[in-house]
Amino acid sequence: MNTTHVLKTEQVKPNPKEEKNVFEIAGLNLWYGNDQALYDINMNIPENQITAIIGPSGCGKSTFLKTLNRMVEMVPTVKTSGTIKYKGTNIFDPKRNVEDLRTHVGMVFQKPNPFPKSIYDNIAYGPRIHGIKKKKDLDEIVEKSLRGAAIWDEVKDRLDENAYGLSGGQQQRLCIARCLAIEPDVILMDEPTSALDPISTLKVEELVQELKENYSIIIVTHNMQQAARVSDKTAFFLNGELVEFSDTNTLFSNPEDQRTEDYITGRFG
Amino acid sequence: MNGFMSKEQWKKRLNRRILVNRIFYILFFAATTIGLIFLAMLLYRVLTQGLGCLNMDFIKGFPAPYPDEAGIYAGIVGSIYLIAIVAPVSLVLGVSTAIYLEEYAPKNRISRFIQSNIQNLAGVPSIVFGLLGLTFFVYMMGFGYSLLAGGLTMSLLVLPIIVVAAQEAIRSVPNELKEASYGMGATKWQTIVRVVLPASVPGILTGSILALSRAIGETAPLLIVGAAAAIYTLPDSVFGPYTAMPIQIYSWISRPGEEWPLVAAAGIIVLLAVLLLMNAVAVIIRNKFQKRY
Amino acid sequence: MESAGSLKKKPLDVQEKIRENKEKQKMFRKLEKLVPVFLFLSAAFSVMTTLGILFTLLKEAVGFFSVVPVKEFFFNTSWKPWSGSFGVLPLITGTLLITFIAISVALPLGIAAAIFLSEYANSRVRKVIKPTLEVLAGIPTVVYGFFALTFVTPILEKFIPELQIFNALSAGIVVGIMIIPMVASLSEDAMNAVPNSLREGALAMGSTKFEVAMKVVLPAAFSGVVASVVLAISRAIGETMIVTIAAGQSPNFTFDPTMSIQTLTAFIVQGTSGDTTYGSTIYYSVYAVGITLFVFTLAMNLLAQYIARRFREEY
Ligand SMILES: Nc1ncnc2c1ncn2[C@@H]1O[C@H](COP(=O)(O)OP(=O)(O)O)[C@@H](O)[C@H]1O
Ligand SMILES: [Mg+2]
Repeated sequence: MNTTHVLKTEQVKPNPKEEKNVFEIAGLNLWYGNDQALYDINMNIPENQITAIIGPSGCGKSTFLKTLNRMVEMVPTVKTSGTIKYKGTNIFDPKRNVEDLRTHVGMVFQKPNPFPKSIYDNIAYGPRIHGIKKKKDLDEIVEKSLRGAAIWDEVKDRLDENAYGLSGGQQQRLCIARCLAIEPDVILMDEPTSALDPISTLKVEELVQELKENYSIIIVTHNMQQAARVSDKTAFFLNGELVEFSDTNTLFSNPEDQRTEDYITGRFG
Repeated sequence: MNGFMSKEQWKKRLNRRILVNRIFYILFFAATTIGLIFLAMLLYRVLTQGLGCLNMDFIKGFPAPYPDEAGIYAGIVGSIYLIAIVAPVSLVLGVSTAIYLEEYAPKNRISRFIQSNIQNLAGVPSIVFGLLGLTFFVYMMGFGYSLLAGGLTMSLLVLPIIVVAAQEAIRSVPNELKEASYGMGATKWQTIVRVVLPASVPGILTGSILALSRAIGETAPLLIVGAAAAIYTLPDSVFGPYTAMPIQIYSWISRPGEEWPLVAAAGIIVLLAVLLLMNAVAVIIRNKFQKRY
Repeated sequence: MESAGSLKKKPLDVQEKIRENKEKQKMFRKLEKLVPVFLFLSAAFSVMTTLGILFTLLKEAVGFFSVVPVKEFFFNTSWKPWSGSFGVLPLITGTLLITFIAISVALPLGIAAAIFLSEYANSRVRKVIKPTLEVLAGIPTVVYGFFALTFVTPILEKFIPELQIFNALSAGIVVGIMIIPMVASLSEDAMNAVPNSLREGALAMGSTKFEVAMKVVLPAAFSGVVASVVLAISRAIGETMIVTIAAGQSPNFTFDPTMSIQTLTAFIVQGTSGDTTYGSTIYYSVYAVGITLFVFTLAMNLLAQYIARRFREEY
């Protein structure tokens, strides 16, 4: 199995503080109907770090990410095997409630997807569905989240306006703010900048760096420079397999697997 | 020499083909306009015949045995009462059905059966709904020839139209919005109530208004379930007798004499005005909310 | 740029609040389990409506056939319910006559309009003509009936002096006009579904638009067009008010369009109005006629669906 050296790289981790993991994934397989999309994934994702997932299009990055908050199950034909432990408990446990999981594991999508509501209502959406109704609390959460997503100054005077009036980059930061509003522990980001212009991309990347202090971030990107710029650790997926997972510096400067090297040197993908 | 001839022939043939194309362009266009000309004539005819009788007395008057005294007030009020029954019943049932089919129904035989059943129900002639209403609401439930029987019959009639419209509106809500909601830990119902329905309200409203305007113009089923042609009071309860605009118009059309057609035309103007108003509202809603994603 | 660093030090801990509300949320989630049940019942309601239609029609029709033999109903050529002859054939020929006239009007005009809209008209013209045609479909049938009786019939009378005041011709023509939008818009949908590459191929070889329409688009959209016509036939069969008002109440066993006839639908109106008593043979006969009508239209609808389904598989 190719995944064996992944485990090896895991074992030579230099910093003992990193040993705390948010996700411990063991033997994960996933099928869409009869087509297998993920093959025997084993990896531990560290807390309060930025983990990047790279790989060519169609290799299963989004599928893997959506498995972490069980959004992948929205496709009715999906079947999984193996375990994913979030802070020690298996997320596939039948007693485990998906809504509860998703309040701790938030998600930001590829295309900015604000609701066709006001900016305020977008941010207040999460708290409201979890029963927080007091205007005072909501006001505080809205401001805090928008500040957290570095967009407060741009929108504070037009909280009642429809979110569709914002630019693409602002919309994406609004979506990040919306995700922050329920203060999850983990934020999953699926190519969050692929629909944005370079300046907006830079802003989002800076934001991701700042969020790292309080959140564990897992970010899918098909842009290797982005992975190199923002992440602490990088995982390389190919054809549904995890080929290599190590510190970002190591992976990019000294990859262990030939296929990783081929990919990062641009020989395919 | 030969080549020159064939080129000449070829040119002639080409010219003929272009001519044929031209002629059929005109024919197709003419055929398309026939329907429009017909529509124009119909409106012209109705207006020229009916405007003479159309005045406040006509709008505020009750049915009468003499053409110059007849009015459509009972018809207008009856149609409004009918809609007051049809709208809530068919909207609640129709939107629930649409939500079920779009969001909850498993992809199995039963769901497919329900779906194709709705499609077939939409193709059942309206008069057959009248027969259903007559047996079921008028006789079996004992509602008699009442407003309630008429309203429920009409509700069943427009139900499939509303279901289909609501399904389309719900289906057009982008999946990304639902994902955003689920991603924050919202349950399915929360997502439906807070994201899917608000986003599909314009579509549902537009479709429903069009469906209700169909109900306002329907005559046959109401004739069957016993809407009254001549009525001199307004319905005092849902169990009371009633009439509706198209019923009034029909009863005036069927009367002998030179003047009754004019009264009928006046009634038609009122009916068409109401329909025009409803359609205008539907168009405004559609345009206002178009292209939001 | 604000710093996200101080986020968790703020006084309000959202996850804490969420935990506080958890019990209540749990209760909602339990209640939510009932939602699909209620929604399913609503959806089942439409199935019940169909069953209700079948049940009422069958129940009363059975009552009818216990008095009138099935053979008389289908083979006797005289329909005089008030004097006891119950042969449905005149009503069926009346219905067929109307349907035939209507389709003779709607088929050429509807398909021509569809070709014009999908092949010739630019988008600006289409934007004007399409909704205006749809208006035709939105006009109440009682209005059409009025127009047929008071306008179309007098005009036809000028050309055909022997025309009766109530006649199949006028009603049939107007029914045909009413269903034009149905044929036109469904056929146009089918034609729009024909891939542009087919058209471009033919145009590149020097075909005129007319040749493209006839030799490429129409054959490719053929089953869609047929389905639209079949649906229109079903509408014509079920049309009630126009024929009740303009075609008369005389169940003549004839195919002469100048005569007054009675359709299945028109008899249902006549048989349920006024002096018919509940439980009389005439009352029951209405349902026998109703189920005949229902079977006709259902067959047409299913046929249209079958054809349209095959059509969708073509691309
Ligand atoms: N909803 C789905 N149904 C069936 N197959 C899917 C679905 N989504 C993705 N796949 C398949 O799973 C594989 C991985 O897809 P994805 O996770 O989207 O890749 P990536 O995000 O790396 O581009 C692809 O082969 C894709 O075709
Ligand atoms: Mg992807």
